[in-house]
Amino acid sequence: MRAVVTVVGKDKPGIIAKVSTLLYENGINILDISQTVMSNDMFTMIMLVDMNTASAGDVSAKLTELAGEVGLSIHLQNEELFNSMHRI
Amino acid sequence: MINPFEIIETINMIDKENLDIRTITMGISLKNCTDPNVDKACEKIYKKITSYARNLVKVGCEIEEQFGIPIINKRISVTPVATVIDALDEPDTEKCLKIAKTLDSAAKEVGVDFIGGYSALVHKGFTKGERILIESIPEALAKTDIVCSSVNIGSTRAGINMDAVALMGSTIKKAAELTKDNGGFACAKLVVFCNAVEDNPFMAGAFHGEGEGDCVINVGVSGPGVVKCALEKVKGEPFGAVAETIKNTAFKITRMGQLVASEASKRLGVPFGIVDLSLAPTPAVGDSVAYILEEMGLEKCGTHGTTAALALLNDAVKKGGVMASSYVGGLSGAFIPVSEDAGMISAAKSGALSIEKLEAMTCVCSVGLDMIAVPGDTTADTISCIIADEAAIGMVNSKTTAVRIIPAPGKTVGDTVEFGGLLGSGPVMSLNKYQGAEFIARGGRIPAPLQSLKN
Repeated sequence: MRAVVTVVGKDKPGIIAKVSTLLYENGINILDISQTVMSNDMFTMIMLVDMNTASAGDVSAKLTELAGEVGLSIHLQNEELFNSMHRI
Repeated sequence: MINPFEIIETINMIDKENLDIRTITMGISLKNCTDPNVDKACEKIYKKITSYARNLVKVGCEIEEQFGIPIINKRISVTPVATVIDALDEPDTEKCLKIAKTLDSAAKEVGVDFIGGYSALVHKGFTKGERILIESIPEALAKTDIVCSSVNIGSTRAGINMDAVALMGSTIKKAAELTKDNGGFACAKLVVFCNAVEDNPFMAGAFHGEGEGDCVINVGVSGPGVVKCALEKVKGEPFGAVAETIKNTAFKITRMGQLVASEASKRLGVPFGIVDLSLAPTPAVGDSVAYILEEMGLEKCGTHGTTAALALLNDAVKKGGVMASSYVGGLSGAFIPVSEDAGMISAAKSGALSIEKLEAMTCVCSVGLDMIAVPGDTTADTISCIIADEAAIGMVNSKTTAVRIIPAPGKTVGDTVEFGGLLGSGPVMSLNKYQGAEFIARGGRIPAPLQSLKN
């Protein structure tokens, strides 16, 4: 399954390092990364990843834990969700 | 890769605007579970439900995890149970209760939130089993936890069965009495319909219709909060812009419903039925249909202009949603349950929203008078009159209408009844004090209107 990892919050050093380390440790391959600063200086990083054999539930739980530690909002969602909502 | 702004939009909808899938409902036919012997019938029902729905909750949770979308309820709807009762040898209330308890325990065994279908369709007349089932409803709802019941008493094609209307008035009263320690909670699990639909995934009115297959997956979306937030961006603009904004939003919400429905159907190996593109509120602040109407420019929901605002909303939701799903069905529109909607509760408490205005609103919303608490001393006849009015609106306008009303025991106007959870809390609303007992006592059937003759 391909999934989208979204990181949103105030910018600070080490966000990419921490998230990508966690993904690497779970055998997840990063296919694409884009980083944008939206309105109100909101840092957003969006990664397209290949989950390989990793379980979405487990990785989501770990990401939520990390999100709590660094004060950011992190989501992992199947890519299909965005395709179906925004593409006909 | 997908546009980051679209990704953030979706995440905001889920995180901040309460977008969720309200329910995945598995419809299961009980047509092959009938038996003259009640114990055998119960055994068949229990076996079928627990085997068909054994993975429903698991699959729902998996989809929730993988797509990051909250799926609030997993539910089951079954063929109107009157079908099973009619096949019994000498049916009686005791046997009905046995079946109700079987439904309750089968649903609990598979871990769903509700099971609907303790129902009868009597819009033209009663069979013996149907009458017995209706008589057993108060006790069945009081003695089970997650069983929901509905009765269809009228339709555009058949007219209104006024004997059934009379019976439902006293049934609702009795259900309230039997659960008087919980504010008449049983009534929150009982809906009286006109023009009931066969594929509604929402409770308490869900049942698996006569024309449905053996098993089906129906999905109900939600998302009033998302529509409200979208409308904040078009403040002061003309109604064309309002309608367009609602349509765009409804499209996206429904696409999510379609995705979840097709995933659930694939993973469970069960045919996909419909997506019900209803805006279903919850008592959470920011998840209210009333606030959408207020966002359009009304000071308080229930004031003059509310019916027009709701008509626009209901229509735009359908227009936006219909292209987003291959099969749209169920009730599909905007719900206006008073106790389940923070804005409605506030409007009713402040006196802006009366039952008369709600009745007018039901002419243009997707269902009817929903989750309305009325004084405990309301007579059965008055409740029957309310049902008859609501059924007449449905019959004449060829739409579904319903009454889910709670004559809260011991409560009077100004009190509040707490139901908890998704059912919320309802301020007790005042009713017209004049009676219609002689009107109800006539009995018989109100003939189908001219608009039923379409052939």
